[in-house]
Amino acid sequence: MRTGRFMVALMVALMVALMVSMPLIPAAHSAPDEDSAKLLKSTSDHTKFKVLQQEFNSGPEVTKACLSCHTEASKQLHKTEHWKWEYKSPDGQLLGKKNVINNFCTSIRTNEAACNVCHIGYGWKDDTFDFTSEVNVDCLVCHDTTGNYRKQAGMAGNVVTKAMEFPPGSGTMIKPINLKKIAQAVGKTSRDTCGACHFYGGGGDGVKHGDMDSSLASPEKELDVHMDALGLNFGCATCHMTEGHQVPGSRYAPTAQDKGDAHIRGKEYTTNPTTCQSCHGQAPHKKIAKLNDHTDKVACQTCHIPKFARGGVATKMSWDWSTGGRMGPDGKPLIIKDAKGHIIYTAAKGDFVLGENVVPDYQWFNGKVGYTLLSDKVEKSEQPTRINHFDGSADDGKSLIWPVKIMRGKQAFDPVNKRLAVVHTAGNDDTGYWTNFNWEKAVAVGMASIGAPFSGKVDFVSTESTWPITHMVAPAKDSVRCHECHAAQGRLEKVPGIYIPGRASDHAGWLDTAGWALAVLTLLGTLVHGLGRVIVSMRKK
Amino acid sequence: MPRMYIFKRFERFWHWAQAGLIIFMLLTGFEIHGSYALFGWEKAANLHTSAAWTLIGLWLFAIFWHFTTGEWRQYIPTTRNIVAVMNYYSVGIFTGAPHPFRATQLSKHNPLQRLAYLMVKLFINPLIWVSGLACLYYNELAASKIAVLAGLPLSTIALVHTAAAFMMLAFLIGHLYLSTTGHTPLAHIKAMITGWEDAQESEPAAAVVNAGGR
Repeated sequence: MRTGRFMVALMVALMVALMVSMPLIPAAHSAPDEDSAKLLKSTSDHTKFKVLQQEFNSGPEVTKACLSCHTEASKQLHKTEHWKWEYKSPDGQLLGKKNVINNFCTSIRTNEAACNVCHIGYGWKDDTFDFTSEVNVDCLVCHDTTGNYRKQAGMAGNVVTKAMEFPPGSGTMIKPINLKKIAQAVGKTSRDTCGACHFYGGGGDGVKHGDMDSSLASPEKELDVHMDALGLNFGCATCHMTEGHQVPGSRYAPTAQDKGDAHIRGKEYTTNPTTCQSCHGQAPHKKIAKLNDHTDKVACQTCHIPKFARGGVATKMSWDWSTGGRMGPDGKPLIIKDAKGHIIYTAAKGDFVLGENVVPDYQWFNGKVGYTLLSDKVEKSEQPTRINHFDGSADDGKSLIWPVKIMRGKQAFDPVNKRLAVVHTAGNDDTGYWTNFNWEKAVAVGMASIGAPFSGKVDFVSTESTWPITHMVAPAKDSVRCHECHAAQGRLEKVPGIYIPGRASDHAGWLDTAGWALAVLTLLGTLVHGLGRVIVSMRKK
Repeated sequence: MPRMYIFKRFERFWHWAQAGLIIFMLLTGFEIHGSYALFGWEKAANLHTSAAWTLIGLWLFAIFWHFTTGEWRQYIPTTRNIVAVMNYYSVGIFTGAPHPFRATQLSKHNPLQRLAYLMVKLFINPLIWVSGLACLYYNELAASKIAVLAGLPLSTIALVHTAAAFMMLAFLIGHLYLSTTGHTPLAHIKAMITGWEDAQESEPAAAVVNAGGR
């Protein structure tokens, strides 16, 4: 008996001890120490590769070394829009940076040496660039982890390895970069590497997109709930899940409506992995199920990105080239800054309107984007020319209500031939607008570069372009509240074809009039009747 | 004064709970409609939905009660004495004539009340109920395989719901006023609270005793 009891007690004690200590036993995949963590990141230590232990004098020399192991890398990149800067839309329009015109700096043509600092290649300075060259692919601009890799605007995407004066005769010295150190430290892409170009689209921090700027390099949760540097810490490629260097989620081929379920492991998907739905599915709202009733009409971004340019970096909302060319009292090109120190006028570029914490515009979008190209006729009128426009409607079954940034501007065009102008802006030469402020000369060179006729006259036309707002996703607590749309003059006031409870413009006016009239007349009737009773009862007394 | 027990406990509970819910739903409903801002849209919508489910629950109980107790018979419409009652409210009430109708347990409502409440029960309530549920389940409706339902635009559903709400509002105003037309202004309201109605002192005219019942 006694031993029996002792055995039971021992068993219980053992089981308790086991249960208590179980959480303390390290699991096979628990967090390792720092050295192991580094080791487990990669099977290769690039400092140990002989081919990288040399001094590099140019970018292509580094690429050649990369290709000695990653033999197919450049061939993969040659297939990308990042390399080609060209995209044929389903409608047959030839798009991509190489072909489109925008209402920021307008066109890369004749300005390649400057603009193409953001091309993932070396040496694209004009039409003669060799798109089949493997060594001209720039590996480092995406795979640098040191933050020291720099490309200098004006040098056609080439890098500086020896200190030099640039532009020649300017007295400005460009510091060289150490390609050997950078090459030995290559790694995965990051918000920094992608951001080196994508944050600066349009010629400066935050200028173009409004939902992408340098504040996303290391954002707080309030700015972007996914990229939160101290939280989920998403990189760009977490959503833009890249395979074989083919980066999905281009705005040239957007997915406006994703009816698919959340992607799960092991299943093959052909749909865009960058959509919200590809992780969150179709019914993401667990606490307030009614919100899921919105997902067939409203893009996630519409509620979850309440404002853009929220990170403290202003974005350009309009750009008027027609006022360019003014000189200051000192005879030098004029520059005007606002109270915050933002440049709002330069002689080279004209007037800007900047915006921070901007409430987006909203419109139906079905994923089709139409462009006004350089070959299209343009009429000057009250209605701005749509540089691009989003297709969509309430009833095409493919559209959702999307938040967008509308960029407005005035830009050069040829009033005789009725074409948007290609302007030679950048370049230390006699015809570049940014140095000589002469529109006719600058446009003549620009139009000649694409073989387009030019009348010799330059006028300005109002334009509009549309940019999807999809980054800077706020935490749920900061999302757009019900009353901001379910109201008269709310965010969605101008979105047609849908009944929004609370939006006064959707009401049947006759019903409201008749209904309130009925209520008021009933009330009046009772009041008159009651008054009669009061008078009668008073007479009796 | 002699008294009569007219309204049973459940009936009183049902009446006042319904009254509170309907007033609350009118208040929140017209905010959702956009007529004013009071609770804030989100709160108004949530409260309106919660109140709707509560009211539906209450209605289910009330329907059960009406049929199991036979009280539904109180709403069988009749034209008997309806003219006399109309005359009373348009003339007699001012001249001090007695009410031509005396409430009893078996016949609580005068012919006008019967008609009015029947209208509420058979027309306004179902209209609000069905259109309201259609608002709540609009997405399921749109995904329905029945073409008529799937093609029903939200604007139409909302139109019906709003129209029914206006009718309910008009009913409420009239009902509130008529509740003051007892032999004292608070007599009816007291009866609805305690269940006991004071028996009137003067006998009603013999010809118009108790419409319906018996």
